[in-house]
Amino acid sequence: MDVVQLKRQLIAFTELLYREGFLDEQFNQLQQLQDENNPNFVAEVVTLFFEDAERILNELANNLDQQSVDFKKVDAHVHQLKGSSSSIGAQRIQRVCIIFRTVCNEKNVEGCLKCLQQLKHEYALMKSKLETLFNLEQQILAAGGPPSI
Amino acid sequence: MGVDAESQFHVLAVDDSIIDRKLIERLLKTSSYQVTTVDSGSKALEFLGLLEDEQSGSDSPSVSSHAHQVVEVNLIITDYCMPGMTGYDLLKRVKESSSLRNIPVVIMSSENVPSRINRCLEEGAEEFFLKPVRLSDVHRLKPHIMKTKVKEKKRGEGQEEEREKCHEGEVQSIGKQQQPEHQISNKRKSMEEGLSPDRTRLRYSDVAAVV
Repeated sequence: MDVVQLKRQLIAFTELLYREGFLDEQFNQLQQLQDENNPNFVAEVVTLFFEDAERILNELANNLDQQSVDFKKVDAHVHQLKGSSSSIGAQRIQRVCIIFRTVCNEKNVEGCLKCLQQLKHEYALMKSKLETLFNLEQQILAAGGPPSI
Repeated sequence: MGVDAESQFHVLAVDDSIIDRKLIERLLKTSSYQVTTVDSGSKALEFLGLLEDEQSGSDSPSVSSHAHQVVEVNLIITDYCMPGMTGYDLLKRVKESSSLRNIPVVIMSSENVPSRINRCLEEGAEEFFLKPVRLSDVHRLKPHIMKTKVKEKKRGEGQEEEREKCHEGEVQSIGKQQQPEHQISNKRKSMEEGLSPDRTRLRYSDVAAVV
C-alpha cells in the first residue's frame, strides 16, 4: 500500500475514533506536543497509560473481591484512572470512571462490579484501537512518509 | 529561539501521577523551561531544601544553606490531590517559609471545586489550572515568573538578608500596583505571625499601603 493510501486510512481511522468518543481533544493536544525532537511522545504517554490502567484494573478486581469492600480504596483508584484517562483524551474510559465513582459512593458492590466489567471492556477496545493507530503510523514511516496527519 | 541563558527559568512540577508528570514536563519544556519533576509534596520540600531547615533549626549547618544556593526554583506547579501531603499543604509550607515564600505557586486539579480554588488563591497560589493542563495554560505562567525575577533584581542578587530588609519596600510597591486580593491577604497573614521587631514595623507600613 502506498503512502497516500495509508495516510488516508490514518485520517479516516482517527476521525472515527474521535466520532465514537474513544478520543477527545486532549489526544490532539498530545499530538501537538510531539515533534522531531520528541518523536515518540504520544506513544510513550499512551504506554504509560496502558501500564497504569492495567495496574489499577487489577487492584480494583482485588478490592471488590474482598469480604468487606473498602470503598475508599476503590474510589481512590477510580479517581486515579479518571485522571489519567482524561490526560490522554480517553473519553469513554473517563466517562465510565465518573459513573463508577457515583456507584462507589452509594456503596453498591454489584454496581461497582458492573462498572469494572465495563471499564475492562472499554480499556480493551481503546488499547486495540490505539495499537491500530500506531501501527498505521509505523507503516507510513516505513513507506517513507512523515507520520503526522 | 531568542531565549538567552539568563532567562532560563526552572520550574518544579509536583504530581503523583506518572502520566501527568510526563505531560507537564513536556508542556514546560516546550515553553523552554528547565524542569524538575517529583512525585510528592515531601519530595518537593526536600528538593527545595526546606525539610533540612526544619530538622536542623535556626542555626542550620552549611548543608541546608548550600541547598538553597544550589537549587533555584522560579515556579512551583503542583497537583492538588496527592496522597500524604496535598498540593494545598505544600502551598502552605512554601508560603510560610521565609526563604521560599516568594516563589510563585500554581495549583492543578482535575476537579472544579470553587471553594477549593478560593482556598488556594487565598493561601497565595497565583493560578489554579483545571486538568488536563494545556499549552495555553503554561503560557500564563510567564508573568508570574517574571514578577519574581523583577523583584529580585530590585533587591540585588537575592541574598537572604537583603530580602528581609527590603520586605517593607516590596510590600509598599505591591500596594501601589494593586495586586489581587489574595496576595494582600497573604501578606496580612505573614504579618499576623508576629516575628521580629523589624517585622512589627512592617505591619504599620503595610496597613498604610493597603489603605
